Amino acid sequence: MTRIDRKFAELAEAKRKAFVAYVMAGDPDYDTSLELIRGLPGAGVDVIELGMPFTDPMADGPTIQLAGQRALEAGQTLRKTLDMARAFRETDQTTPIVMMGYYNPIYNRGVDRFLEDAREAGIDGLIIVDLPPEEDAELCLPAQAAGLNFIRLATPTTDDARLPAVLNNTSGFVYYVSITGITGAAAPQASDVAPEVSRIKAATELPVIVGFGIRTPESARAIAGIADGAVVGSAIVKQIEEGRPVPEILDFVRGLADGAHAA
Amino acid sequence: MPEDLINSYKTGPDENGRFGLFGGRFVSETLMPLILELERQYEHAKTDDSFWAEMHDLWTHYVGRPSPLYFAERLTKRCGGAKIYLKRDELNHTGAHKINNVMGQIILARRMGKTRIIAETGAGQHGVATATVCAKFGLKCVVYMGAHDVERQKPNVFRMKLLGAEVIPVTSGRGTLKDAMNDALRDWVTNVRDTFYCIGTVAGPHPYPAMVRDFQAIIGQEARAQMQEAEGRLPDTIIACIGGGSNAMGLFYPFLNDNDVRIIGVEAGGKGVNDRMEHCASLSGGRPGVLHGNRTYLLQDADGQILEGHSISAGLDYPGIGPEHAWLHDIGRAEYVAITDTEALAAFQVCCEEEGIIPALEPSHALAHVLKIAPELPADHIICMNMCGRGDKDIFTVAKALNFDIAGD
Repeated sequence: MTRIDRKFAELAEAKRKAFVAYVMAGDPDYDTSLELIRGLPGAGVDVIELGMPFTDPMADGPTIQLAGQRALEAGQTLRKTLDMARAFRETDQTTPIVMMGYYNPIYNRGVDRFLEDAREAGIDGLIIVDLPPEEDAELCLPAQAAGLNFIRLATPTTDDARLPAVLNNTSGFVYYVSITGITGAAAPQASDVAPEVSRIKAATELPVIVGFGIRTPESARAIAGIADGAVVGSAIVKQIEEGRPVPEILDFVRGLADGAHAA
Repeated sequence: MPEDLINSYKTGPDENGRFGLFGGRFVSETLMPLILELERQYEHAKTDDSFWAEMHDLWTHYVGRPSPLYFAERLTKRCGGAKIYLKRDELNHTGAHKINNVMGQIILARRMGKTRIIAETGAGQHGVATATVCAKFGLKCVVYMGAHDVERQKPNVFRMKLLGAEVIPVTSGRGTLKDAMNDALRDWVTNVRDTFYCIGTVAGPHPYPAMVRDFQAIIGQEARAQMQEAEGRLPDTIIACIGGGSNAMGLFYPFLNDNDVRIIGVEAGGKGVNDRMEHCASLSGGRPGVLHGNRTYLLQDADGQILEGHSISAGLDYPGIGPEHAWLHDIGRAEYVAITDTEALAAFQVCCEEEGIIPALEPSHALAHVLKIAPELPADHIICMNMCGRGDKDIFTVAKALNFDIAGD
């Protein structure tokens, strides 16, 4: 059982929806970013998605792209992202951390070496955007063998014929991408997303969390209401882009978390 | 033929889209069903005679194929060694080899009922070819082009606009071909229902590298037959320039199993293949990684971040290379070399003066290597080089490099 599995078991017990927050590691710099992620659990975040900066984030909109560029310009590397997770674990042993990003920096480091480092740093799961089930042998299977969750994205183009392949070898939770598009795009309507979430829940026991386009407490509440939780990324990252101090960003996050938890 | 199946270099990719270690389908889940559908449709079209009949009809009457195989007599004399032949793909409609592939993809898109075509472009040749064929068939066309390339390839930007395409300057990254490809993928992931992504080179997720190669293979098929007619035998060496590598793959593929034919790909060496990465020579100066849907050789830093290359030629300015080239490189069937900006510029001028052909800067790289090796080879050695594009689009870049003022404003 990973921290992710334990967290969702607790939430189910308490009949609470999950609030998942995405931030880019090292944005705008290492110290600020560490201060921010250390504050996230206190602001009501149940699961932290820690973005790994990459020069070519093909599934991301301008907000996350710029965050990655800021982080890289400030000297962030995969090694430093792992260091950041390790530093976070010094003060928090329970909040799950999912690393999210693209395959090349991991492939470049070497899959076995990366998995060893990630486990040792206290990482619980991985979301790798450019590794579909067809490429499971690359990282998904080795990650599961190393005791990490491999969380898959399901999308509106994932039809019923394909859904079993997507759910197979998925663990921790399923991340439903509510729209066809990039991160930070138009907000989804909860009424449009609900049938899709039901379709996925009918095919898996895993919690289904919905993300892409959610940016207000109201929207977080509406989406969490029809799923097991909601993810917010770009809206939080935007606060960093605007140069807001960490306490203010955490207040903003708390508002979103309260929205999701009120569902 | 059974001997074709044994020890053949032409059987790739495998069912997972791999050429050995390279290739694959490294895309987001949203796109995965789309590329699987594309693969199904292409596999069907590939064995459908009516598909190829339509292609050949358009190649003949619209593109102007076959392109001539031309004996470059004065270049041969100047070098004083091997006989130099040029495969004249720069004479195609729109001025480059790009339209061979675009024609195939657009016919496929029409069969699939897609109404909106998107493309990325570097030098603008693929963008112009796509805009052209879209105009011919009345399809909506959107071309992503790095803002830096929009600046250095103005004539092609205007051509695309005249042809009715929407050109979107891409400002992310450094604003070159790689960034244009990122934004085209972002468009595709957003407009999944009606949009067909027409990739311009032998890269991207499976089935693109194989499909684009198959559409470009007409270059090598013609060259093979034309060489037999001209010389009664195959060439000893075939040479082409490589950015993503589509013109090269098109020339090379029909010759892969001719073990006596030496195959040379010429990458853009920029300011020299050095530690500062001021070049685009992925094979000479990169290492394997995953980008844009495939595993291949990439220019990258120690952290696996993709580096922006440099080349005087916008069409070669890409930090990766088609996965089949990566495989041919690793198994040693093809050799890959790098030519600098300066060497390419010199070859550009030589070609203008000796043959009355203004070449694009891309094949000027291939020609520079021809000029290097031809003098050392015997007179009965035959070189066939793909002249994959004409240089009209490059006259501003060349004028600037030669300190010649043609702006006139």
